[in-house]
Amino acid sequence: MTNKLRQMVYGGMTVAAGLFSTAAHAVEIEYWQYFFEARVTAMDQLIENFEAANPDITVKMSHFPYADYRTKVAAAIPAGEGPDVVQLFYGWLNDYIEAGLIQPLPTDTFDPAVVDAEFFPMVQAMKKDGQYYALPTAVRSLALFYNERLFDEAGIEGPPETLEELVEVAKACTKRDGAGNLTQVGFTTGMTAQDHHWFREVLVRQMGGEPYGEDYTKVTYDDEAGQKALDFYIGLSRDHGVTQSGFMDEPQAAFKASRACMHIDGSFRIGALDTVRGLKWGVAELPANAEGERSNYSSYWVNGITSKAEGEKLEAAKKLMTYLTSDEAMQVWLDVVGELPAKPSVGMTDANANDEVFGPFIRGLAYAHTTKFANESAQRQQMVEMVERVFLTDQSVADSIAEAAAAEQAILDEYYK
Amino acid sequence: MTMYRNLSIRQKQIVWAWGFLAIPVLFYVVIRFYPTGTAFLISFQDWNLLGSRTWVGIENYQKLWHDAVFWKVFRNTFAYLLIGTPISLILSFIIAYHLDRVRFAHGFLRMLYFLPFMTSAVAMAWVWRWFYQDVPIGLFNNILAGFGIPQINFLGSITNALPSVLAPAVWAGLGFQVIIFMAGLRSIPVSYYEAAKIDGVGWWTVLTQITLPLLRPTIVFIVVFSSIGFLRIFDHVFNMTTNNPGGPLNSTKPLVLMIYDTAFNSFDMGYASAQTVVLFLILLVVSLLQLWILRSDR
Repeated sequence: MTNKLRQMVYGGMTVAAGLFSTAAHAVEIEYWQYFFEARVTAMDQLIENFEAANPDITVKMSHFPYADYRTKVAAAIPAGEGPDVVQLFYGWLNDYIEAGLIQPLPTDTFDPAVVDAEFFPMVQAMKKDGQYYALPTAVRSLALFYNERLFDEAGIEGPPETLEELVEVAKACTKRDGAGNLTQVGFTTGMTAQDHHWFREVLVRQMGGEPYGEDYTKVTYDDEAGQKALDFYIGLSRDHGVTQSGFMDEPQAAFKASRACMHIDGSFRIGALDTVRGLKWGVAELPANAEGERSNYSSYWVNGITSKAEGEKLEAAKKLMTYLTSDEAMQVWLDVVGELPAKPSVGMTDANANDEVFGPFIRGLAYAHTTKFANESAQRQQMVEMVERVFLTDQSVADSIAEAAAAEQAILDEYYK
Repeated sequence: MTMYRNLSIRQKQIVWAWGFLAIPVLFYVVIRFYPTGTAFLISFQDWNLLGSRTWVGIENYQKLWHDAVFWKVFRNTFAYLLIGTPISLILSFIIAYHLDRVRFAHGFLRMLYFLPFMTSAVAMAWVWRWFYQDVPIGLFNNILAGFGIPQINFLGSITNALPSVLAPAVWAGLGFQVIIFMAGLRSIPVSYYEAAKIDGVGWWTVLTQITLPLLRPTIVFIVVFSSIGFLRIFDHVFNMTTNNPGGPLNSTKPLVLMIYDTAFNSFDMGYASAQTVVLFLILLVVSLLQLWILRSDR
């Protein structure tokens, strides 16, 4: 009798323990990103796949308007609320590390050497003291958009391969009215758009310089190469008259309206251009210099694990991070959001690398650089004013680039002090 | 309860008055005074919204003093005030003065003047921004080009940009000021004008000796109100120069835009708060000065 009772008690305890243990294994983790419809749709799909493969983990996604995002994350994590895995702009990473809001990715799952080998090289900007803090699912890069109708009209065969050809093609494609006012530009310019990236990471390098040194803490474009780069950029309008900064308000507006033959922009523009009626456009890699040297700029949003995630939530977060950086997730992101895969194993497949639209962007990733910004908008502002000083106050190219470099160095010094 | 019962009627009235006042008082303390006080506090700290706040003493103010952009912005802010306020005051008075005499389609005309005030500043700024563009899309420059006149660089020039941004801001505020002026004009007793008529006084004397002096309270109100408006100008500038906020070369940047930029692009909350404190002091001094200059017993 006592034995039976004991057996029953033990049996009951085993069942209870079994029940408890499954309950304990059903971990719920939170994922946060800012609201952008395609990104949310893609994430919903990824979470569904992930939960199917990991039935013991549920992922709850929250999204916020972009404007509130930073404050919400900052307020929630120290309070023990909020996300376990969070999406951030790569340029914010330093601030988040310093504030102790995110933790390094565990090296057992994300071996830095393996990540170095598997991802496109510019992702190494996310490595600090030998450890990765965050990784992207998708990345963006720049390419040259061109208007096929305007090219045909001007008798141009195809997009320019080099900077020299860029100038020639642009000349053939520029139109002015009787008073000499531009009515169609051969090439759009505007430091306020993507040109500041093109200038720093592409033109300066193509002229034989380096935009920054010592892990982006020193400005080094104030030299002959930088001056040559700025002279080329300014010359497009000053000497060749193929463009005008602020033409039709914004470069992308001019291109959309078929008032510009060529336009440098990011892969994120593809969606907006696809919906413009009557616009026939193509994409090419950014023009090389005379020696055939190419460069590109890449930016991305990354996923990281917050300092709030501990114990089994950390384990679940690691699994989610692994999935988000898998080939499968990258293909979903490319198909749904139109952002480029962060790994060559997905990007450089024949289908993707030779895709008419995504191809030039993806091929650009192989030689892309990622600027480590301390304050992107303030640093961009220096580029904007550098060009304005030459046009509006007749400052020389050399003086203007020196002033810009000094001002940008001051921003970096204050940030890294 | 017994305590309440023992109060005199006067004391009971006070209790009730404070009972009702408690809601707005609480509202102001929580929504207005607490953040204001916090802003003063943060202006002595270093904070990027993410980490902890650290004390830096008056470092933010020292930085402000040595910041060339701040002094440029300071001058711009006063340029908006000193150009905007007199122009809008004179324009709105002239319009109100004449509109007051118009019988034909009076209500319709008044509505036309008031319409811009009801329009969203953002929408208005964007429409004006396109008006100002170069050919082929800019309305003004297309008209000029149609007559063979060289284009004017409105928003892209260091000298023209500030007046170009100010123009729609003045236009937008005009309707409100016209309505206030008309109310002021209507409140002047007709008997004064009748007496002047009997005495055979000219219109200029009537204007300067009767109308303007009796409009003083209205003028004080409009000057103070529009000055604060121009010192706080933001939405027009921001929306007309979004690609390069406050540009070109900071020639249109007002203080509020600098604060916004420091706080929400650079995430330098301490520095932004220091700028806010300076703006607060400017607003305070300007308002007190105007009240003193325009006070009625002088």
